[in-house]
Amino acid sequence: MKKLIIIFTLFFSLAFLNVNAAVEIKKFDNEQQEQRYNYIIDELRCLVCQNQNISGSNAGLAKDLRNQVHKMILAGEDDEAIFEFMVTRYGDFVLYRPPFKATTFFLWVGPFIILVMGIFVLIRFIGKRKKTVVTELSNTDKEKLKQLLNKDKEQSK
Amino acid sequence: MKRTLWPLIVFMVLVVFLGIGLTKDPRKLPSPFIGKAAPAFTLPQLHELNQTFSPKDMHGKVWILNVWASWCVSCRAEHHVLNSMINNNNVNLIGLNYKDEVADARRWLSRYGNPYQLSVSDIEGLAGIEWGVYGVPETFVIDKKGIVRLKHTGPVTNKDITDEIMPLIKLLEKE
Repeated sequence: MKKLIIIFTLFFSLAFLNVNAAVEIKKFDNEQQEQRYNYIIDELRCLVCQNQNISGSNAGLAKDLRNQVHKMILAGEDDEAIFEFMVTRYGDFVLYRPPFKATTFFLWVGPFIILVMGIFVLIRFIGKRKKTVVTELSNTDKEKLKQLLNKDKEQSK
Repeated sequence: MKRTLWPLIVFMVLVVFLGIGLTKDPRKLPSPFIGKAAPAFTLPQLHELNQTFSPKDMHGKVWILNVWASWCVSCRAEHHVLNSMINNNNVNLIGLNYKDEVADARRWLSRYGNPYQLSVSDIEGLAGIEWGVYGVPETFVIDKKGIVRLKHTGPVTNKDITDEIMPLIKLLEKE
């Protein structure tokens, strides 16, 4: 039991060590700058590990880009200038939210087109099914049904 | 007949699109630099640290910028391709030694051969940011006016050299 506790303590202290290593200390002039920094690094994609933003990535490039963002914020550049700096060097792909333009039209509108198509198909499908269910029974069928039901009642008595 | 065929048709269309998607390499991104002026930098030369190099020094020449590092495994695979390109063709090849130690880089070149006219040492990786480098090796072709005309991400193969890079350079030489 004692051994187990020691192992657990070691494991968790190692885990915490790891967390501490991932946190970088960046100095800012004010809180607003820090908020902007955190916002921007969440919005930029790490191009080495393509499904991570640069805030969550430990890749060397992500670290360099975080430093670049930090430097530009301290130099008084606004958000737009920083995003433009990244796009001119790495292309639109560096943005987690791709801009709406001719080449990205289907990227933005495509899912809605497919949704509308899906709703259309669904409506038609339901409409067809209703038609097949609602069919009037002929008089002879009705008579037959009555007989069968009556028979059933008499039997259960 | 028609009703049973529809799902199959939709499925086939989907398969075709997904199939095309599989043949594409998601790491190959369109470079925003094609057709634009080569980004500037001034960096010390790897073998002459007190001398600098800047892309504008190559004005009037068609040249290749190859981004490499001694820590980059696929650069090693690419290196013999660059060596044979230099032996068989007359091209200006400049190396950008990206985020490397000077001693490591020099040792690497003396071990595997040095195809570069010169390499510049970008220890901080700042020129790398200017050139939008995200995966070493990367190769750029720059024309006489200093415009980037081609970007190749990842190691170049002999086929890339003969089919793509050399024909383009011959074309640009005539401009």
